[in-house]
Amino acid sequence: MYDAGKIIIGLVVFIALVSYPVWYDAARGDIPTSVDPKIVTTEKECVAPTEYMKANHMDLLNQWRDNVVRKNIRVYTAESGRKFEMSLSHTCMDCHSNKSEFCDECHNYSGVNPYCWDCHIEPEEEQP
Amino acid sequence: MNALYALFVVILLLLVAWIGIGTVNLHILFGIVLPYLAFAIFVLGFFYRIIKWAGSPVPFRIPATCGQQKSLPWIKNSKLDNPHNAFWTIIRMALEILTFRSLFRSTRAELRDDQRIAYGDTKWLWAGALAFHWTFLIIILRHYRFFAEPVPGFVLFLQNIDGLFQVGLPVVYITDAVIVLAATYLFIRRVFIPQVRYISLFADYFPLFLIGGIAVTGILMRYFTKVDVSAVKELTLGWINFNPVAPEGIGIMFYLHLFLVSVLFAYFPFSKLMHMGGIFLSPARNLANNNRARRHVNPWNYDVKTHTYEEYEDEFRDVMKEAGMPLEKE
Amino acid sequence: MSDEKLKSDQVADIDYNPPVKGWMDTKPAFRKGIFNYPAVVASEKYLDLPFSRKWDPREDDWKLPENWKEIVLETLKDLLKKYRSFKVFMDICVRCGACADKCHFYLGSGDPKNMPVLRAELLRSVYRNDFTTAGKLFGKLAGARELTEDVIKEWFLYFYQCTECRRCSVFCPYGIDTAEITMMGREILNRLGLGIDWIVTPAANCFRTGNHLGIQPHGFKDSVDFAVDDLVDAIGIRVEAPINKKGAEVLFVVPSADYFGDPHYFGFLGYLALFHEIGLDYTFSTFASEGGNFGLFHSAEMIKRLNAKIYAEARRLGVKWIIGGECGHMWRVLHQYMDTMNGPADFLEEPVSPITGTKFENARSTKMVHVAEFTADLIKHNKVKLDRSRNDHWIVTYHDSCNTARGMGILDEPRYILEKTCNYFYDMPENTIREQTFCCGSGSGIGTDENLEMRLRGGFPRGSAVKYVREKHGVNLLTCMCAIDKATLPAVMDFWVPGVEVAGVHEMVGNALVMKGEKRSGDLRGQPFKGEEVKEHV
Repeated sequence: MYDAGKIIIGLVVFIALVSYPVWYDAARGDIPTSVDPKIVTTEKECVAPTEYMKANHMDLLNQWRDNVVRKNIRVYTAESGRKFEMSLSHTCMDCHSNKSEFCDECHNYSGVNPYCWDCHIEPEEEQP
Repeated sequence: MNALYALFVVILLLLVAWIGIGTVNLHILFGIVLPYLAFAIFVLGFFYRIIKWAGSPVPFRIPATCGQQKSLPWIKNSKLDNPHNAFWTIIRMALEILTFRSLFRSTRAELRDDQRIAYGDTKWLWAGALAFHWTFLIIILRHYRFFAEPVPGFVLFLQNIDGLFQVGLPVVYITDAVIVLAATYLFIRRVFIPQVRYISLFADYFPLFLIGGIAVTGILMRYFTKVDVSAVKELTLGWINFNPVAPEGIGIMFYLHLFLVSVLFAYFPFSKLMHMGGIFLSPARNLANNNRARRHVNPWNYDVKTHTYEEYEDEFRDVMKEAGMPLEKE
Repeated sequence: MSDEKLKSDQVADIDYNPPVKGWMDTKPAFRKGIFNYPAVVASEKYLDLPFSRKWDPREDDWKLPENWKEIVLETLKDLLKKYRSFKVFMDICVRCGACADKCHFYLGSGDPKNMPVLRAELLRSVYRNDFTTAGKLFGKLAGARELTEDVIKEWFLYFYQCTECRRCSVFCPYGIDTAEITMMGREILNRLGLGIDWIVTPAANCFRTGNHLGIQPHGFKDSVDFAVDDLVDAIGIRVEAPINKKGAEVLFVVPSADYFGDPHYFGFLGYLALFHEIGLDYTFSTFASEGGNFGLFHSAEMIKRLNAKIYAEARRLGVKWIIGGECGHMWRVLHQYMDTMNGPADFLEEPVSPITGTKFENARSTKMVHVAEFTADLIKHNKVKLDRSRNDHWIVTYHDSCNTARGMGILDEPRYILEKTCNYFYDMPENTIREQTFCCGSGSGIGTDENLEMRLRGGFPRGSAVKYVREKHGVNLLTCMCAIDKATLPAVMDFWVPGVEVAGVHEMVGNALVMKGEKRSGDLRGQPFKGEEVKEHV
């Protein structure tokens, strides 16, 4: 007894599972392969370099929150020496006011669900 | 000694990736070529191994029965441990694969001073193995967020459950902690239980260190050194779309992680890790115990030299006659 | 026997800590008492086995055939091609060690090579070396080792220190069955002419005379007649015991020890009494005078060669179906091999009990019913009258035979019978019975005198469990349904738990059975029933 049929079914299931993303993506056709978060501002300089912010912004925001809420420290001095108010709603959202095109762009892309908006009110956006 | 060799090899692998990315800048090699190669080896090798096993038949139906057979209608059949049909065999297999029932059954024999053996329950190996395998699976499924776009709902669901405690930022996944603990436990028992140490080969330590290394580099990347996640997904989606570009600046930790994963994938089909496929093919478990009700056919059942009754009677006719026994030929 | 008499504290001086030296560097040592003698040339010749010769395991030169290495590798290749079980089991072990302390030989000896995982590694290491890429490339680092004469000697020692009881398989997460691996190991050894006499000679006898003991047809008839006479003394009734009777409804096949061995014999009397009382139309066969099958301990081919006679005799005698007596490995063969090897039995009818009308649907293809299934059905339907108090001089426990427990699953039928025939029945602790039962230590053809030390070591876990119920409930009788158990457990009991006797389940039936026209004052052993001995003196 070889049970060839059952083994073939097993192998099909195996290949289906390991190739799941391929046909999942294929079924959705034209999917974005990269992200392009939009920044609408005249400001030339962020609180930290872009490369750092890409990977570490959540840490920075976390520090800010702790400093403001627990230690009552409200001023952040950037490496350039420039001072910023530690505030998501004001400082960050001043430049990155378009949550859906900026924040969500990457967060949705990589399946991240930050809990910023559990407390903060989502900024109102003009419907395009 | 085998443990040291294995540790040494994993460290060597890390160094290879470190040098390859950190100093020689082989992003294409480590980011595209090797992952593709490893995945191809994994899938083809897995197929090869299964087909090789499948090439040998199951000549006899030899389930190890672990409970009461199905016989008389008023005797309770232990359907799960002694299944009599395909349905219950599938359930038995499913529970074996998903919950490790055989390990759960384990006992620990202990020699007492008064010359007898006592048996204690031991659930440690079961718990450790179950934790290790389940967290591994959940972690792999969580990684689908890098391969599927948009991120599938079940992945988001798993992430939510896994990060239930909302500790730290990014949220600490329970599985990340558990897999490190479980792998550590599996390693420690291998080293400290004398019998297990005695039987352990290089091939037993190496995958443990490799998986441990993957877990640790992953954790470092997620919680400590950080990485541009969007850039990573650009790379991974590039693989899926067969149009990969290796963006620079993802960070060395990612490449260490990726290289160890590639090694694991490529190593998989040639190692004991194939128990993943093999468990489905184990004749002691995957057959129904209905031998006397349904005939099992052996494809190589050949004729053998037997002793026939005629030959037997020819040899013993005289004494049989003398004893007054019926004969075929007088 | 060993030179010095064994003492239980000596044997129990067991150290589970493995030696410092790795197992690949430890050579097998052939000490008296732990190995079996080689097969005699005449028996091997009778069965046309290859390379029969005189040789001694204790000598350096085993006189292996010149191309022994080639034979081993060819056989391995052949077996890997024939058995998926073997191939998968060679590949997927992760050496988790769950099986280690599940083996009675390991528990009784502490020899690490008796851990099931290591027993398999003895073979796996060679498999890796010659059949896997990793083994060829990385050698010892990949767990491979070269095939040498010492490896063959090691196989001989340890594949004949495994009773193929499958207890380890129950605990293995993949069900890896050491019995299967041992069977493959023995196939290889046998192709080198390295059989043991206690397997090959019974097999040769069985091939010639139909039973392991070599009893010729008239001898069989004498034995049965003798049993009939004994029954007259015991129950006051002369029963009929037909032999080679054509046209009987049922062919009854028992292990040959049943009509020749002690205490098997009393169970045999039990069958005869029971079948008489219910008026079963049955017959023995002198040619199928053995249900047991030592081929199981030799090679698949030998199983088939020895088993063929059962269906052949059923066909010749024109019976409708077959009942099989109490035996362990016999039922492994009947249940898991017979139909596949020598079936289909389409010339027989689906078994139906003529007394109760019960259809034995679980045996509808093989057409062979276990006598305990048959008897349990009789009792359930109140077709026999039983007086349990006649077994009151026995405080009974039950030993599941490994083969029927883990290769079949006949667990509750015998317990039901015991509960209906005995007032005092107590099971041993749960980790030592049913699917977790321990082997007697002498199964699979290694129940020899020269192997006594190993047998007693292997019997240690069983002895230990019986000791528990003896102290707790005063158990004085260990019942079982296996001819090898009945032959070898008495020695194990004498050694570990003196005062406990061994009996078959149908001996209890024979004792309790209230028969029409019976005259009884004692049990089948001739011992007075409890209470009777007092009455006599009143």
